[in-house]
Amino acid sequence: MTAGALIYTLMLSNPFARLDPAPMQGAGLNPLLQDPALAIHPPMLYLGYVGLSIPFSLAIAALIAGRADQAWAKALRPWTLVAWTCLTLGIGLGSYWAYYELGWGGWWFWDPVENASFMPWLVAAALVHSAIVTERRGSLASWTILLAIMGFGLALLGTFLVRSGVLTSVHAFAVDPQRGIAVLVLLGIAMGVGFGLYAWRAPKLMRPSGFAAISRESMLVWNNFGLAVAAGVVLIGTLYPLIVEALGGGLISVGPPFFNMTVAPLLAVLFIVLPLGPMLTWRVGSVGAAFARLAPAVVLALLTLIVALVSTGWRAVPAIGLAVGVWLIGGGLVYLWTRLQRGDGAMLAKIVVLPLAVWSMTLAHIGAGVLTIGAVAETGFRSERAVALSPGEGVAFAGRRVTLLEVGDVDGPNYTATRANFRVDAPGHSRRLSAERRFYPTAQAPTTEVGILSALDGDLYVALGEQVRGGSGWAVRLYHNPLIHLIFLGAAMMALGGLLSLVVLMRRKRSEP
Amino acid sequence: MRRRDQRLAMIGIAGAVLVLAAALTFAGLRESVVYFVAPSELAEKAEPGQRLRLGGLVVEGTVRRAEDGAMHFSVTDGAVQVDVRYAGVLPDLFREGQGVVAEGTWTPGAAFEAQRVLARHDETYMPREVAEALKERGEWKGDAPP
Repeated sequence: MTAGALIYTLMLSNPFARLDPAPMQGAGLNPLLQDPALAIHPPMLYLGYVGLSIPFSLAIAALIAGRADQAWAKALRPWTLVAWTCLTLGIGLGSYWAYYELGWGGWWFWDPVENASFMPWLVAAALVHSAIVTERRGSLASWTILLAIMGFGLALLGTFLVRSGVLTSVHAFAVDPQRGIAVLVLLGIAMGVGFGLYAWRAPKLMRPSGFAAISRESMLVWNNFGLAVAAGVVLIGTLYPLIVEALGGGLISVGPPFFNMTVAPLLAVLFIVLPLGPMLTWRVGSVGAAFARLAPAVVLALLTLIVALVSTGWRAVPAIGLAVGVWLIGGGLVYLWTRLQRGDGAMLAKIVVLPLAVWSMTLAHIGAGVLTIGAVAETGFRSERAVALSPGEGVAFAGRRVTLLEVGDVDGPNYTATRANFRVDAPGHSRRLSAERRFYPTAQAPTTEVGILSALDGDLYVALGEQVRGGSGWAVRLYHNPLIHLIFLGAAMMALGGLLSLVVLMRRKRSEP
Repeated sequence: MRRRDQRLAMIGIAGAVLVLAAALTFAGLRESVVYFVAPSELAEKAEPGQRLRLGGLVVEGTVRRAEDGAMHFSVTDGAVQVDVRYAGVLPDLFREGQGVVAEGTWTPGAAFEAQRVLARHDETYMPREVAEALKERGEWKGDAPP
């Protein structure tokens, strides 16, 4: 029965695998895409999307077999982790690429295609957690199945949005309405079968849950609830233009303010609850005891809140965001510390023998905190300035002095470029920086190659524009992006956490034949 | 607390969070929805200060830099031309004679003040809204734009 379902869903999935890669034909690759980070980004996302088809297949199999026990969840977890880790890496690399290649100074734009990858990521993150409950305690099985179905559905929906061009996005490389329809049909079949089977068979899998309102399980339920609601909100914002248009309400788009004001508070609440989870025991826990142990993290977060409020002139939103990030990191460190208190022996020895599972979870959670701090700092405190500079001229910006030295022509392997050299004087040191405007003759396309100078407090980001002042000057756009590297560091930590967790599961599998 | 009370409390909190999320969603949609207009619809549809997306073709020979350093260009749907002012660096794929979407605000008698200009990665790309507006105007020249 199980095998039959697997074969059936693999056949369902296979056409998807064949139709997704976009054939890039014609006069060379789009120059914006000629970049090493971008060579890894699509395959990673693709692996993540396709990876979600395996939890989906397993969910279908469980529904047909009418059995979703702990062994089933054990089989599900590694595949979900693979998909989630790949999605994390893929999204992180894509964001990094957008940051240094597009020359807009930003890293996330709430573009429909970005949302298309963010929704499956949220659901996969929820699935990673709910599968733990199903494996360890045998409960939440039907919810885990539902998440697996939705995760694959959102991955297909993402493929549809990217390929069909129904939404105006800065992406959409190979827009082909026919291929879009093929994906849509596939989405319809997969979700029809998935949800239909779920409605029919899932009641059989319902089991009374044996946990209290305050327990590790309930915290994981809240985690799932928060992630699922966030995914739902992003889904509404992404599809709203399509719905309005279908109802004859004209062409509209939903901008970043919508996502900032809906997703950010949801994630903030989720992150405030998060550090409690690992501190609680299975079945029945005590919030009081958890808070008592988390006291250092609470103090640290409150201190951050006060300092941030005072130093930013009472700007509440970024201050709360920073405090939430510090709370996550503090919570992770406190958890590590309490694990190290257990048992006897030298601290160093205990660090060495601390289970990898503890490291992987803590790393991923601290990574979320690091990313939060980076995202809040970058969004809340970035500065930006457009200037016109002639060679030899300088301008004061973000505590530095940026001077244009000279502008000259250079030839690359398949492009010609105008390169501007800058000197950046900060108190104590002086560094060089160059930014380019490249022109690719085969594609008749120009690209901006920004100059980035990283320092501890963030990046100085310089984009070269066109000639001004009748040819004697150059338009230059300067950005200061505070703590932006924390965004990519946080994403990398989360991905590494996923990878380590995968190692734990593989080892466990090997040790029990 | 008894089990039933605990369960009720959990459902209550979940319900409250859902209501909050829904309220945020509706408020957010009302505030951040941006309508798409063609140049010829701008005068009738735009309210001063309202954020809009203006789409059309960049008129050949109209791209210039003003004294204050901002870029100016005209966008047309074949019937009406609108002057657009943009104080940023234009995207790499911005080209005269090609489709573009400018997001910003408009007041009668002044240039369309763009905060964001979208041109796509794909060099043969035509924003869908632009294609539709052009089709409506009878300016559409087949499915493969030149």
